[in-house]
Amino acid sequence: MKIFALVDCNNFYASCERVFDPSLKKRPIVILSNNDGCIIARSNEAKALGIPMGAPFFQQKAIIKKHNVAVFSSNYQLYGDMSQRIMDTLRLHAPDMEVYSIDEAFLRLDPLQPRDLYEYCKTIRAKVLQWTGVPVSIGIGPTKVLAKVANHVAKKQTGVFDIRSQQAQDEILKVMDVDKIWGIARRWSERLNQMGINKASELRDASPTIIRKHLSVIGERILRELKGQSCIDLESIRPRKTIISSKSFGNLLTKKRPIEEALANYAVRACEKLREQNSRAQAVHVFIQTNGFRETDRQYNNGLTWTLTTPTSDTRLIIQAAKVCLSKIYKEGYRYKKVGIMLTDLIPTSLEQKQLFIDFNHHASDYLMNIMDKVNKDHGPDTLFLGTQGLTREWKMRCVLRSQRYTTQWGELLTVS
Amino acid sequence: MTATSSTFSKTAKHCLLPLALCHIEAGFPSPADDHMESLLDLNEHVIKHPSATYFVRASGYSMTGAGIFNGDLMIVDRSLEPDHGKVVIAEVDGQLTVKRLSKLKDRFELHSENPNYPPIELQEGNEVVIWGVVTHVLHSLL
Repeated sequence: MKIFALVDCNNFYASCERVFDPSLKKRPIVILSNNDGCIIARSNEAKALGIPMGAPFFQQKAIIKKHNVAVFSSNYQLYGDMSQRIMDTLRLHAPDMEVYSIDEAFLRLDPLQPRDLYEYCKTIRAKVLQWTGVPVSIGIGPTKVLAKVANHVAKKQTGVFDIRSQQAQDEILKVMDVDKIWGIARRWSERLNQMGINKASELRDASPTIIRKHLSVIGERILRELKGQSCIDLESIRPRKTIISSKSFGNLLTKKRPIEEALANYAVRACEKLREQNSRAQAVHVFIQTNGFRETDRQYNNGLTWTLTTPTSDTRLIIQAAKVCLSKIYKEGYRYKKVGIMLTDLIPTSLEQKQLFIDFNHHASDYLMNIMDKVNKDHGPDTLFLGTQGLTREWKMRCVLRSQRYTTQWGELLTVS
Repeated sequence: MTATSSTFSKTAKHCLLPLALCHIEAGFPSPADDHMESLLDLNEHVIKHPSATYFVRASGYSMTGAGIFNGDLMIVDRSLEPDHGKVVIAEVDGQLTVKRLSKLKDRFELHSENPNYPPIELQEGNEVVIWGVVTHVLHSLL
């Protein structure tokens, strides 16, 4: 029988902040979205104060001041690095693993056959806490959906919960609302409620045929997983075949010029990542989006993929291609929230084929890109940059309340006396 | 022709220094080539547990006796057990400090390595967590 564990970091962003500033341990913490607009993460103490998820920051200022709540802009460099450390630590203990999100991972424990599964998970939990300072909860179950259910319980109890026994499943699913189940979105839970299915156990015991009719084969799969029949396996680990760089703008943008600037800057980041993993891209995809939450705004989303004649990691060529894509999908008269670039069909530099008819000298390009990377690494990002990246950067995100990037910038290390 | 010279790896993360350098006369392979080994990586030497290792900047003079000076770079491994005598980053009542850990019969003490700084004796009420163990110090002589 398969055994899955879902490892989920407790209040991940807030926990990362506390690792490097332990004085925050006793204070409520909130983290703001890109541009400091909304509250996207809260510590338990902040949740207890009733500060809602997703609330606009300005609406919560009074309660934040009253309770001395610590407020941070998102520090994605820090969270990303801490996530990597946590995932690496987990991989040492369970090589069959799927990184599900920045703060969650599924593990397959059955191939390991530990003598005492519960104890093994407690060891994993203690290791991650010691190595990274971030507390995690672990749910164990015969399927991914049940492991996720077990994780809910683990969070409220001692950090590890095993839901493999029928008795445990009955007890918990009986009281759990269907909308808490992994994969059941709000529309689906409303549909289920109309059908008289409110609790997880009622979904489990419903007819698979009827559920498939209403919620497609995916709904049926969730039902079977609740029964303990594993239908969703770990996603096979794919080598990084795409690189995405995209962020929301500080303000909504209408003109093409600043959008193009932002795109060029994301392209620069993406190309740095590309060269870091010694790959070249064979295609460039660009997408733009308006703000879907502003119901009064006219909406427009589009994307376009451009195939490159020669695989490349040259920032200049990729920006060129990206600009062509943007000019084809950009339309006037919309208020854009986001632009992004995705490099796809990546191949390792060692594997590329020589092109017969196209003469492109990689050496000169590689040499220049190497110098740019080195200068920017040693002297800070954007010491050397391309003119097309712009000088004013009016699209740039606000992040005035960001903590130090303790693990990724030499100038921002933790200081201790 | 130089067979190899000190190179930056492509990621520019690690500075790799070759173990052996040899000049090759055209047509005559160097006998040393058979003995060429992998490049030395300073990271590998000082970082045993990459996912548990953090760089921390020292400030102040309380640990000069241990060779830690103001502005030095400390390499801190969180995976190591904080045994008696280790230099540790400790969290005392929410503040981080670098000191030498002393495990006595009935209590812990955190010692500075400078006669001008008294040891921190840990009382019942103090909340203390060992954050990590300092394994190396990087001190610039320039």
